[in-house]
Amino acid sequence: MTNTEPSRLSRVRALWELAAASFRRQLRYRVAIVATMVTNVVFGLVRASLLLAAVAGAGGMIAGYDALQASTYVWLGQCLVGVIPMWASSELAQRIKAGDIAVDLLRPVPPAGGWLAAELGRAASALLVRVAPMLALGAITTGLAIPGHAGDWLLGLLSVALAVTLAFQGWLLVNLAALWVLEVRGYLNLYMIVMNLLCGLFVPVSWFPDWLYAITLATPFPSMFQAPINVVLGTGSPWLALGVQLAWVAGLGLATQVVLRRGLTRMVVQGG
Amino acid sequence: MAIIETSALTRDYRRRRGTLRALDALDLSVRAGEAIGYLGANGSGKSTTIKLLTGILTPTAGTVRTCGLDPVPARRRLARRIGVVFGQRSVLWWDLPLWDSFAILAAMHRLPEGVWRPRVAMLVEELALGEFLAQPVRELSLGQRMRGEIAAALVHAPELLVLDEPTIGLDVLSKNALREFLQRERNERGTTLFLTTHDLGDVQRLCERMVIIDHGRAAFDGTAADLARVTGAERVLVADLAEPVDSLDLPPGARLDAVEAAGHRVRLSFRPGEVSAAALFASVAGQARVDDLTLTEPAIEDLVARIYTRSAE
Repeated sequence: MTNTEPSRLSRVRALWELAAASFRRQLRYRVAIVATMVTNVVFGLVRASLLLAAVAGAGGMIAGYDALQASTYVWLGQCLVGVIPMWASSELAQRIKAGDIAVDLLRPVPPAGGWLAAELGRAASALLVRVAPMLALGAITTGLAIPGHAGDWLLGLLSVALAVTLAFQGWLLVNLAALWVLEVRGYLNLYMIVMNLLCGLFVPVSWFPDWLYAITLATPFPSMFQAPINVVLGTGSPWLALGVQLAWVAGLGLATQVVLRRGLTRMVVQGG
Repeated sequence: MAIIETSALTRDYRRRRGTLRALDALDLSVRAGEAIGYLGANGSGKSTTIKLLTGILTPTAGTVRTCGLDPVPARRRLARRIGVVFGQRSVLWWDLPLWDSFAILAAMHRLPEGVWRPRVAMLVEELALGEFLAQPVRELSLGQRMRGEIAAALVHAPELLVLDEPTIGLDVLSKNALREFLQRERNERGTTLFLTTHDLGDVQRLCERMVIIDHGRAAFDGTAADLARVTGAERVLVADLAEPVDSLDLPPGARLDAVEAAGHRVRLSFRPGEVSAAALFASVAGQARVDDLTLTEPAIEDLVARIYTRSAE
């Protein structure tokens, strides 16, 4: 038996396989995809009409958004709802509680890396099925102000990947509380409310009152949803948005590593 | 060479009131290539031992080496050299075809195509997975899934295969097929088997050595024959007869315990070392027509009780 350290490339292949597996998993549930798409469409139409009414009521412009930009914000957002994990999922907490985390620990891949790879694969499949129908619907119903440059879309895609990573890290941190407490659903729901509000899901974060806007900018939440929309819309510097996202990914990445290490050590040391 | 070596291995769990000693100064040495049956009732310390051996639990005291490694700090390195099958958990990707799980695991273990494809082809052949390779794991029967789980644990050709209650809930045919496969894997590749179960049948057919654990301590370590000698454990054969009988002539080592159902059912005890189940059945069948029969192994709890009674004498 040889124990040579395998190459970096083969490490990437393992994570790639995990992401690809997760991608394929999602696409197996066709009926579920159709159901979420229908929900997405209805939700998008409701949001678009609310925002357009607000813009019209404010005299045609709110915080730099005119009617076309507001509806573009809505439909780009609809491309991302379900791509970026927005709803509370206690899957990992349940794996911890049921002891199935043992299976993850007995695999020769770092657990957080494996989970993130799976999340990115899932997000990619969700993005694939959403983008074309949502943008088409938006173009037909309200019209869209979207970039023509391939480069803008590429930056947007990069920003989406960072947003998914960041949102995943947030959920991971809350789920990891299960290593200390028995029941995490309350924390997950509280986190979901705060995250959904501050990430820019309901209205663009720049519409917030000044005090809330200031608080919001000090959190990672706008980088989870508003940032990729801004990058595609061309609101502000895309490089600044990407830089802020990257900084948050690094910060939360470090935090999850610390929490995971402490939590696993505790589990390994105390049992259960 | 010892593939598993523990010395005074101890593990306590903190409970609301005091501590619970799940494993109490276990000394265990398993040679590479051995097949060891690790038996115990529920809560006896079997799972704790597995967690300590695989590095997902830290010992409270004592030492453990698996494949020469200290399991907790070397957990991921160890994961490349051992395979673990949990009867009650799944390592497979639930909603993907069974084949995909093998491909993903091969990538996780960083195996080149030229290594894992022939290996998986061999496992598919030996465990007869061919007809449901393309089916999502969630659609498989328990027996099919367990065969898949065992193949998954063996994709990377581990030196040590740890099986945690692998036959729980399986029917007799599936159990036999699994046991035969594990026997072959061991003969051909020298894979060490560490099997925990509370089914004595599993162990008797697969393992030449058994360790019985009770309240965190090894109550017995030896061969099946040793166990029968130490405990005098008897197996029980119950036969349903077409015509009623009052009594039977039995070979030495067998005893008629009871005649029930107005003579239509006989309950016989016999010592495994003295008379075989086949010989006893032949003897009964020579005296009456047998409609049905069941064979009961002694329960682990009874064996443990006998071991203690014996050592107290």
